[in-house]
Amino acid sequence: MTNVPAYAEAKGGQAQVASAEVRKQPANEVGQGYWRTVWGRLKRDKVTMTVTFILLMIILMAIFAPFVTAYDPYAGGIMRRLKPVGTPGHWLGTDETGRDMWTRIAYGARLSLLTGILPVGVALAVGGLLGIVAGYAGGIVNTLIMRTMDVFYAFPSILLAIAICGMLGSGMTNAILALSIVFIPPMVRIAESVTTQVRTLDFVDAARASGTTTSQIIRHHILNNVMGTILVYATSLISISIVLSAGLSFLGLGAKPPEAEWGLMLTSLRQAIYVQPLVAAIPGFMIFITSMCFNLMSDGFRGAMDIKLNK
Amino acid sequence: MSAPASYKVYMPPVPEEIRGGKAQPLLIVDKLKKHFPVRGGVLNRVTAVVKAVDDVTFEVQKGEVLGIVGESGCGKSTTARLVMQLIKPDSGTLVYDGDPVGAFRGISVSQLRRKVQMVFQESFASLNPRLSISDSISYAPKMHGTARAEAEERTERLLRDVGLNPAQFARRYPHELSGGQRQRVNIARALALEPKLLILDESVSALDKSVEAQVLNLLVELKEKRDLTYMFISHDLNVVEFISDRVLVMYLGKVVETGPVDEIYRNPRHPYTKALLRSKPSFDPAHRTTEMPLTGDPPSPLNPPSGCRFRTRCAFAESICAATAPELDATPDSPPQHAVACHMFVAGSGHSRAISGGLV
Repeated sequence: MTNVPAYAEAKGGQAQVASAEVRKQPANEVGQGYWRTVWGRLKRDKVTMTVTFILLMIILMAIFAPFVTAYDPYAGGIMRRLKPVGTPGHWLGTDETGRDMWTRIAYGARLSLLTGILPVGVALAVGGLLGIVAGYAGGIVNTLIMRTMDVFYAFPSILLAIAICGMLGSGMTNAILALSIVFIPPMVRIAESVTTQVRTLDFVDAARASGTTTSQIIRHHILNNVMGTILVYATSLISISIVLSAGLSFLGLGAKPPEAEWGLMLTSLRQAIYVQPLVAAIPGFMIFITSMCFNLMSDGFRGAMDIKLNK
Repeated sequence: MSAPASYKVYMPPVPEEIRGGKAQPLLIVDKLKKHFPVRGGVLNRVTAVVKAVDDVTFEVQKGEVLGIVGESGCGKSTTARLVMQLIKPDSGTLVYDGDPVGAFRGISVSQLRRKVQMVFQESFASLNPRLSISDSISYAPKMHGTARAEAEERTERLLRDVGLNPAQFARRYPHELSGGQRQRVNIARALALEPKLLILDESVSALDKSVEAQVLNLLVELKEKRDLTYMFISHDLNVVEFISDRVLVMYLGKVVETGPVDEIYRNPRHPYTKALLRSKPSFDPAHRTTEMPLTGDPPSPLNPPSGCRFRTRCAFAESICAATAPELDATPDSPPQHAVACHMFVAGSGHSRAISGGLV
C-alpha cells in the first residue's frame, strides 16, 4: 500500500492541523498542571479564600494559645464569676468558675479541632482504602465490604457514636475512636462509588492493555482520579465531626471537666444562660463558625476541582 | 528432533523480525467464544446468557489491514477486547506469530500485550485526565523499565510522528486538546511500546469528518513507516473500504462473511452483507435508497435465533436455516479467501436456492 490515495481532500499539512484544532480555552489555564489550575480558580473565589483565612486564624489561635492570652485556662476565681462580655481584662467575659472565656476558647480550639479533624483523617485512610479496594475489585469483595458497611448505616450516626462511646467509656481518645468508626462507612461508600466510575473508563483498560499491574493502576491511575472527590467529602465531614464531638462532650462522653473544649464549655455554661446569655453562647458560636467555614471551604474545593466539566 | 528432557539444547534466540516467517499469520484467532451470564432472581442465579462472541475464527496476515464491520452490538468490540485479553475468553485460542498465547511453550498474556496495542473510541475517556500528554505516552515504557530520559525522548519522537508539536503539546492535559488531537495522542500512546499489531476499535468514529480524514491518513502513513498491522473495527463502511485489505462481516457474535475488500464490496454473497452495503447512502440522487434494505433491530443476543442467526431478517430464510447453522466456508466460484456462512452457498444444503456443485 504505497500509493494510497488520501481519504477525502483533507490531507492538509500536519502543521495546520495543530493550529486549526486548538480549542477555545482560557489562555491562562492551558498547559499548566491540574493542581495549579485548581489553585488558580480558588484564588479567584472570594468566599473560599475568606473562610480558609478564618480557619487558618482559628488553627493558629489553637497552636499559639499560650501566646494569645495571659491567663491560665484552669485558674478560676470566685470573685470574678460570670463577668459580661467587654469586661476590662476579660474582653469575652468569664465563665461560671471565673475562668477567662477568651483563654478557654483559644485552648478549647485545640481539642475541638483535634476531635474534628483526627477522626476524619482516620476514616479517610481506612475508609478510602476499603472503598477503593471494593470499587476496583468488584464482585464478591465488593459485596463483602459494602454489606458490612451497610450494617453501620442501620444506626443514626450520633446514636452510633454515643453507643460506641458508652461502651468504651468516656474520654477524648474513645470519643475520637468512636467518631472514626462512625465516619468510615460513608467514606467507604464515596470512595467505592467514585472508583467504580473511574474503573470502567477506557484509560484503565489502556493501562491494563500495556501490561500495567493492578497495584500500579490503583496507585497511578485510580488514586489521582478519586482523591479529589474523597478529599472534598472529607472536608465536609470535618464540620459534622466538630458538631458531633461537641455533642459527645455536651453529654459527658467526650472531654472531661476541667478540660477546655467547646462542647463541654457549652454544657457547663448552660446553667448561666439566664445570667449571661451572651457569654454562654460564645462556645456555640465558635462551633458554628468553624463547622460553617469547613463546609464552605469544601464547597469551594468541589467547584474548583471539577475541571472535567469543560471537556 | 527432540532432545531428552535432562539435556539442555542451546537455542539461539530468534530475532523478532523473522520469528514465525513471512507467511505465518501475525494473529490466528480460533473459535473464540465469550458468553456473558445474566444473573437475576432471588438467588442470583444465571437466568440467561448473552452470546456476545460465538466461535469467531479469523486470521490477520502480516502487514495487512483487517476491517471488521457490523451493526452495533454484533460483538466487534468484544472481539477486540478478547484479543487484548482485557476480557477473558470462555474458550478459543490465540496464536501470535506462531506462538500460542497463554499456553505451554507459547507467549504469556503480558508478552502479547506488548506486541498488540489498542486505540479506543472515546478519545477523552481513554486518557487519564490527571496525567499530562507526555506522562500518558511515556507511562507504559517507564513501567516496563525504559530509562526516564529514553522514554521521554521516545515520547517526543512519537508526538512528532502523530503530527503534534512536542513543545506545544507535551505538557498539556487531555481536556486542553480537541478530539482529533486527543486521538492522535492515543495513537502515540498505543505505539509507545512499539507493537506490531494495532487494534483500532471505532477509533475514528467519534471524530468530525474532516478530522477523521486527517487521522485516517495519519494511520496509513504510520502503518507504512512502522511496518504495522491493523485490525480496524468500524461501523462506517466507507472508512473500512478505504483502509482495509480484507474485511470481516459480523452479525450477532458470528462471522458471516470474510474476503478481500474489493470482493466483499463488489461481490457480496451473504444476504446480510448485501443489505449492509445497500444501506450505505448514495451520493447520486438518481440512485437514492427508497426502500429499507433491512428493517428492525438485530434480535437480542440473549436468545439468538436457532440455526442461522440472520434468518429472522433474511428474505431467503427457509426451514433449513432454522435447523442448522451454516459454516463459514469458501465459495466455489471466488478467490479462496472469500468465505461466507450461508446455506445458499453450500451445494446440497437443502436450501431451494442452494448452488449446484461448482455452478452458481
